[in-house]
Amino acid sequence: MPAASAQLAQAVESDPSPCRASSGGTPRRGGRQSLLPAARQPTPKRCRRRRQLPSAGAQGSAGAEPQGGFPGLADVSISEDIPVEGEITVPVGSRSPDEDYSTLDEPVRDTIMRDLKAVGKKFVHVMYPKKSSALLRDWDLWGPLVLCVSLALMLQGGSADSKDDGGPQFAEVFVIIWFGAVVITLNSKLLGGTISFFQSLCVLGYCVLPLTVAMLVCRLVLLAGSGTVSFVIRLIVVVAMFGWSTLASTAFLADSQPPNRKALVVYPIFLFYFVISWMILTFTPQ
Amino acid sequence: MATVDDLKFQEFDDAANLLAANPDATTISIDEPVEIPKNQHGRLQEPGREEDDELLGTNDSDKTELLAGQKKSAPFWTFEYYQTFFDVDTYQVLDRIKGSVFPVPGKNFVRLYIRSNPDLYGPFWICATLVFTIAVSGNLSNFFIHLGKPTYHYVPEFRKVSIAATTIYAYAWLVPLALWGFLMWRNSKVMNIVSYSFLEIVCVYGYSLFIYIPTAILWIIPQKVVRWVLVMFSLCLSGSVLVMTFWPAVRDDNRRIALATVGTVVLLHALLAVGCLAYFFDAPELDFPAPIIPAHNGTTVITKS
Repeated sequence: MPAASAQLAQAVESDPSPCRASSGGTPRRGGRQSLLPAARQPTPKRCRRRRQLPSAGAQGSAGAEPQGGFPGLADVSISEDIPVEGEITVPVGSRSPDEDYSTLDEPVRDTIMRDLKAVGKKFVHVMYPKKSSALLRDWDLWGPLVLCVSLALMLQGGSADSKDDGGPQFAEVFVIIWFGAVVITLNSKLLGGTISFFQSLCVLGYCVLPLTVAMLVCRLVLLAGSGTVSFVIRLIVVVAMFGWSTLASTAFLADSQPPNRKALVVYPIFLFYFVISWMILTFTPQ
Repeated sequence: MATVDDLKFQEFDDAANLLAANPDATTISIDEPVEIPKNQHGRLQEPGREEDDELLGTNDSDKTELLAGQKKSAPFWTFEYYQTFFDVDTYQVLDRIKGSVFPVPGKNFVRLYIRSNPDLYGPFWICATLVFTIAVSGNLSNFFIHLGKPTYHYVPEFRKVSIAATTIYAYAWLVPLALWGFLMWRNSKVMNIVSYSFLEIVCVYGYSLFIYIPTAILWIIPQKVVRWVLVMFSLCLSGSVLVMTFWPAVRDDNRRIALATVGTVVLLHALLAVGCLAYFFDAPELDFPAPIIPAHNGTTVITKS
């Protein structure tokens, strides 16, 4: 019956197959699971092709006999009594095993803890800078944001008789850190660096961690007093942390530069952390 | 109509073999200096202009002119276009800085160091360093000057950073723009032998500001005499770099206009130095104690003289 075969063909064609090929083409941030699963991958399901037979009696289950004979369609690969199954996910690149889990089914706590652990791991990498690619490969900007906001908050409350003479305001610190990091990244890319834009921002932001620790120490020391001794302690702490920050970021960033331009790239980083250290050192409470 | 063979990829022989096969073919070689006269306006080389050649560094500037023409070919909306302005190595930047601090009498900074490869790295980062150096040194100097006073409360004066940034970046970019426009205008009226591109002028100005960085650090010393000596010294050095760069460009013009141009360049440079000194660095205290003048209501008023 040609009409039925035409309908069957149409049904097979327009089958809203639930087994979309999840090809991994959706861009994922840093190559790992997102905290906000906006770009969530569909769960790779086992695909079961069901044929909606046009007649009312037959349902789309395995073992249903086709009505009449469809010699043309019988040549098509699908055998009636064996459901077609298979995984259609196409793995792209190298995936760690936890990529295949769907974040929809796990508790929210797990999702958040995974990201927090990643951020914490990067903090550890900054404090003990070795040549590891974890900071570069799985970049994220949560850590820099947290550090920048906490540093800017701690720099508040600086003394001033008039607003014009005081320390930097929150917006000024924020802009200096982010704009400075963007300018340094652009500088290194223009000089021929091979690092990507966000990787460089990530490294520069994470390496503000020693200076945030220095700010914390300075505030605590200033609680004790603000004489010469406290100034000397603060000076030593800030200088040490400034050196640590610069060395840490240089260790991560210098390798991606052409060898005869390394100094040209390192100097702006030095200037950037110097300015932040100066802001920390000159902080005087009300 | 081209045959199929014509459209296939062909290997080309070595240049020597090709030339041997066809000795009359025109060849272009960019290894030797090309025989194009430097002054495009057709003036003959006179013996009195020899110092010009020295100033212009004609010897291999032709080659670099030719090579430079092949460089900046990317359209301006691509990233590669801007990468051509950062095509410098560390030693080149250091050489240019050295050339701006120790001006060789008779040598033109642009021709000697820039050589048709102006960069934006130097001007940008020297200006950034100068901004922060002036702000930090000014703050430190004020701190040391007012240190002993009981009523003094230290303030970081962070607003001055943005003022310093505006001033210095405006000077380093707007003055070259004005100067370039002026030179272009005069060029259309008088056939000058030398004309600089906008980026070369920005380069000269940017590198000539380098001497102010150690000067600003030394301005922390709270002695008026020391500060003014430093101003004069740095003005002489960087001013001479600018003068030696721009004098050949305006020399052929009307005498008064040439002198006025060079004079304005030096004057603006001096204004920048003196203005920064006056605004960011408080006047140092004098050594002798100030006289005490009894006021009309009996309280004493201490004045600074």
